[in-house]
Amino acid sequence: MALINLSKKEIHCKIVYYGPGRCGKTTNLLYIYNAMNNQARSKMLTIETKGERTLFFDLLPLNLGKINGFDIRIQLYTVPGQVIYEATRKLVLKGVDGLVFVADCLKVRREKNRESFQDLHRNLFEYNLTTEEIPIVLQFNKCDLVPTPIPTLTKEELEVDLNSELNTKVFEAAAIKGIGVFETLKEISKRTIHYVATKHLSINH
Amino acid sequence: MADLVLTTSVLEETKIQIENVLIKAGVNTVILIDEAGNVVAACGHRTCDLDTTSLAALAAANFGVTSQIAKLIGEDDFALLFHKGKKDSIHFARISTDLILVTIFGENVSLGLVRLRVAQLAKTIEKAFGQNN
Repeated sequence: MALINLSKKEIHCKIVYYGPGRCGKTTNLLYIYNAMNNQARSKMLTIETKGERTLFFDLLPLNLGKINGFDIRIQLYTVPGQVIYEATRKLVLKGVDGLVFVADCLKVRREKNRESFQDLHRNLFEYNLTTEEIPIVLQFNKCDLVPTPIPTLTKEELEVDLNSELNTKVFEAAAIKGIGVFETLKEISKRTIHYVATKHLSINH
Repeated sequence: MADLVLTTSVLEETKIQIENVLIKAGVNTVILIDEAGNVVAACGHRTCDLDTTSLAALAAANFGVTSQIAKLIGEDDFALLFHKGKKDSIHFARISTDLILVTIFGENVSLGLVRLRVAQLAKTIEKAFGQNN
């Protein structure tokens, strides 16, 4: 649910990073937070929990400058990846305008990727949304592990599992090193703003 | 959940109503948010030093969570959502289906008055936004 404030000339969009537990959603946000200057970013909100897992969500608000006189403000959210937190994931998805599905390249996580992807479809469906309507990009994270002895999935395997029907843009990433993080953000921001703007305003670019 | 397009007239009218009904009654801060956690309007003395973006996101989440708790015990929703602090307290109220009114007030204002004024304001805001969309 985008918010378009014609009085302040602001567009607010919500982009959610979705994916299985420990795939690197929060790492993406942390890298963006550390790499951006204070003018472009606001405070990153993380709900304190014990351990490294996200229990509720992380939020990072960004200002992406002006398009056609409108200030573009984007809020990046992550969801808790663990299967048991389904109710929370559904809550965070409320009003989503754009999605990044972060998949884990580790071979042992193949099933978790598929489960999370199905869970995403199910939760979107409950809000009467589909991945055909909402802008979505895929990020295959932890690609820096490919040359190591740790068994990883190939890009083709991940494509078959997640992108055969979706046919969207895919980014190979190593979020912890920042590889592919901004490429993903740039693409999803572009698609989301285009989606929101074309729906409500006479902006076609 | 439809997108929310705010026109200047609706926004200004809403802010005037919030000022007249709640701020003038002694309430510190009032933030009108949507269910996705966006700030629609912020009024009051403390909006400058308050992190309204985080507050809106957490308030929307809090509201969503308590609605789920209500459903678990067989209720549709809780009518009163209120947290009492040592100095300041916070009151949440749903307005129509998409908006939440967050009211922060000190010891000088009673909860009863806040509830009464919020209920009164809710109708006005609902009408203004209903005409808008």
